[in-house]
Amino acid sequence: MLKRVHFPASLLPYLLVAPQVIITLVFFIWPASQAVYQSLLVQDAFGLSTEFVWFENFVYLWDSQQYQDAFGRTILFSAAVAFLSMSFALILAGFADRVIRGSTLYRTLLIWPYAVAPVLAGALWLFMFNPTLGIIPFILEAIGRDWNHYLRGNQAMFLVIIAAAWKQVAYNFLFYLAAMQSIPRSIIEAAAIDGAGPLRRFVTVIFPLISPTTFFLLVVNAVYAFFETFGIIHAVTQGGPANATTTLVYKVYNDGFIGLDLGGSAAQSVILMILVIGMTVFQFRFIEKRVQY
Amino acid sequence: MTFTKTLLASAAATALMAGAAAAQTEIHWWHAMGGVNGELIDEMAADFNASQDEFEVIPTYKGNYTETMTAAIAAFRAQEQPHLVQVFEVGTATMMAAEGAIYPVQQLMEEAGEPFEGDAFLPAVVSYYQTPEGQLLSLPFNSSTPVMWYNADALDAAGVDVPTTWDEVETAARALVDNGMDCGLSFGWQSWVMIENFSAWHDLPMGTQENGFAGFDTEFTFNNDHVVNRLQAIAEMQEDNMFVYGGRRGDSLPLFTNGECGMWMNSSAYYGSINGQVDFEFGQTMLPLDTDVADAPQNSIIGGATLWALQGHDEDEYRGLAQFLSHVISPEVQASWHQATGYVPITNAAAELSEEQGFYDANPGTEVAGQQLSLNEPTPNSRGIRFGNFVQVRDVINEELEDLWAGNQTAAEAVANAEERGNELLRRFERSVN
Amino acid sequence: MVEKRPGFTLVAHLVLILGVALVALPVWITFVGASHDAGRMLQAPIPMWPGDQFLENLRQTFFGRGLEGSRTAPVWMMMFNSLVMAMMIAVGKIVISLLSAFAIVYFKFPFRMGFFWMIFITLMLPVEVRILPTFEVVADLRMLNSYWGLTVPLIASATATFMFRQVFLTIPDEMLESARIDGAGPMRFFWDILLPLSRTNIAALFVILFIYGWNQYLWPLLITTDANMMTIVVSIKQMLEAAESTPRWNIIMMTALLAMLPPIVVVITMQKLFVKGLTETDK
Repeated sequence: MLKRVHFPASLLPYLLVAPQVIITLVFFIWPASQAVYQSLLVQDAFGLSTEFVWFENFVYLWDSQQYQDAFGRTILFSAAVAFLSMSFALILAGFADRVIRGSTLYRTLLIWPYAVAPVLAGALWLFMFNPTLGIIPFILEAIGRDWNHYLRGNQAMFLVIIAAAWKQVAYNFLFYLAAMQSIPRSIIEAAAIDGAGPLRRFVTVIFPLISPTTFFLLVVNAVYAFFETFGIIHAVTQGGPANATTTLVYKVYNDGFIGLDLGGSAAQSVILMILVIGMTVFQFRFIEKRVQY
Repeated sequence: MTFTKTLLASAAATALMAGAAAAQTEIHWWHAMGGVNGELIDEMAADFNASQDEFEVIPTYKGNYTETMTAAIAAFRAQEQPHLVQVFEVGTATMMAAEGAIYPVQQLMEEAGEPFEGDAFLPAVVSYYQTPEGQLLSLPFNSSTPVMWYNADALDAAGVDVPTTWDEVETAARALVDNGMDCGLSFGWQSWVMIENFSAWHDLPMGTQENGFAGFDTEFTFNNDHVVNRLQAIAEMQEDNMFVYGGRRGDSLPLFTNGECGMWMNSSAYYGSINGQVDFEFGQTMLPLDTDVADAPQNSIIGGATLWALQGHDEDEYRGLAQFLSHVISPEVQASWHQATGYVPITNAAAELSEEQGFYDANPGTEVAGQQLSLNEPTPNSRGIRFGNFVQVRDVINEELEDLWAGNQTAAEAVANAEERGNELLRRFERSVN
Repeated sequence: MVEKRPGFTLVAHLVLILGVALVALPVWITFVGASHDAGRMLQAPIPMWPGDQFLENLRQTFFGRGLEGSRTAPVWMMMFNSLVMAMMIAVGKIVISLLSAFAIVYFKFPFRMGFFWMIFITLMLPVEVRILPTFEVVADLRMLNSYWGLTVPLIASATATFMFRQVFLTIPDEMLESARIDGAGPMRFFWDILLPLSRTNIAALFVILFIYGWNQYLWPLLITTDANMMTIVVSIKQMLEAAESTPRWNIIMMTALLAMLPPIVVVITMQKLFVKGLTETDK
């Protein structure tokens, strides 16, 4: 945590952390504490009439079937996004690691979806899957499948999962490729001499050796899917149809920003914050251990 | 801050602000009109700004309806509110309940000494936004009403007339599909079209307390046999694609314009976009009548948005705002807005002027929306609706109906669930404002 | 390579090409969309091959009314706003994070861990979730409609501090010992030794933060009311939601292409540093 050798205490470290701490206090801790207070209120949108209700907003959520569903759905969504983008990236990285020439070129060609704005990514996938205009429903229709994500919740879910996974493939690919390239060649050669083919080597040697990366990416992807896919869902389905794509973060936005139920939305924010702190501590412990290897 | 200022100053100098005299009183207007309609709004403000040099109206696009409304509310909480904000009709109860935040337009006009005649407006348009005492709270700006759009070529080819009742709609849908179309009927804004307007059109109450006009202690009553039977019949039409669900709001528009669906129920304001992009003869007609429910239609209710003035500014600024509103409701501005956008005219004078200018002759069908709204003297069931948390209620209705279309529940279940969840939201709203 | 299997190498290339094609498909569609006229983009199915309207659409987007909507700033100005926002967020965050990580790793002072955890819990909560109270703070500070209001609240996040902390922890203690023998003070040490050693990480972080800043949507929408402050990503969402009119896909796609370009250029040109900085510290 702290360097064995360090500078003595003085005014300087306080000055150094001051900008970060001030910004965190003013723009994070203070608004977050406002949200905690708000979660105990029932208030009209304009803030003209306020009633203090203790934990009633939380009880309401606890009893709400919609909220419980959103919880389960978020977990499913996150797992699907993580699995899809990681396995796709793993396959591509596995092959890119094998080719002698061109792995940098492939990396260049695969890296850039990372740079596309979530709202934009959502809009593009939405356009491609538009039931009337889109190219993919057109192809699906040709093989006798009917696509209408405005109607079918599972299709809408599939669409947001694809769009969210697409954006994350680049990131996962980079990590996998770097991990594979750092495996000493001699280990792989030894396996080859033992007569293991490429697939067998991948399964028995490479994959176990990169498992720390897999675990790390699992955490990163889950966090991404949990919290950073707001823009995609907002652009593609707005949580519909019939709530089929409403995740927890989207629900906070929808109830607070659109529905103007400030107390209920703040209560959800508080739950998310607790969740985030828990996940952060977990991730922190894990990464901390890894650094000490 | 100097960095910001320099940047802003250079931005202002290079861009549109150039030439605006600094001494003018600024009047901020937040709106939700993107695209072509946004340009028309700019013109409206520019014309007003050019007509006098005391005030400058600055229109700002703030996202879609919900984003605009929330932005204004957030700004109000931070005392940074604009003078005028465009709010969609479902936000009416929320705005109305905020007595300390809004400045009723009729009062605003009177206190600023601007002429204002309540009966210059179409009754079906203003009744939605009046207090029980008849005071106008907000100024109807872009109003539309659901109509039935039809593909005239396709109906001809299938050998059916333009339907006027739901039985005929079913027959026509069957004929269209039999004649090779991908889909008979679709619609958008389903809560508005199939629950709110279906109820008004057949003079059915949607909630107690005169649809919420008489008090916040209202409860929904749309869970009745008429609504359930109609929705169930539509759900059954999904077999053979006589009905196809194409999404919320206007998401299903391409179904109609690409010639997949022969009939489409949605806002009359789609005239411009349909006119611009279809290669078939199309028309609009009144909503179909459910002959099991009523013998004749009552009148439809409006959708769209109104302009709300917000409290907290100087008297002088309100004087400018009132002058601008007078400009907005003048027959010339209203007529050109109505003709360019497809929104219904809000004053009798604008409708007459459009008639004189030959607009309805040149654009047959565009008068349907106005006729439909003024078909009869509005009753308490057809004057409009005023329910709190209605943005969320519409979402609930969307969700439950989508579960119906997807075959996960029956119409009876869908409507019962929607009513129950809706009532819960009404109670939460009632608590929050008391 | 371990052994020669030309057939297998061919398969590897094929799979990779297929993967690249799948990943590139949405952008190909964007490019195609930006090269047809408005009418063509509303007929099903939309085209898969570019049309001949690319330059015309580019001209319209840049010089015509292009981006429709009310008092929209010209495209170049929106791109400029996005650029300022992205740069301020990236640079601001890197500077304050370097400083605070330096303090936390190299100084022993009261409340050190308290500061660390306070910064740390901000790690993941996206701004969307606390947007209304944050808006009120910004309004109270009179920072609406300014680049400061756009950027400073988004600088409050711990990712960067955490990453620099990791980097500093891997720097051998001998560095500091020898610096102290040479008589270097803390800031001198920071400037001459720490900064050069974290160059790649700074570059990697710059890429991440630039993209993060460029891609913001909801925050700029709420915080700016002046059309001249609009960013390009916001404008695309606005064009998609043109109330009851039809989206003009050709212009939208062209604008989307323009909006994607700067972050993609940043990622690609800085890719070596980016990859190195990212993968060597795990975040």
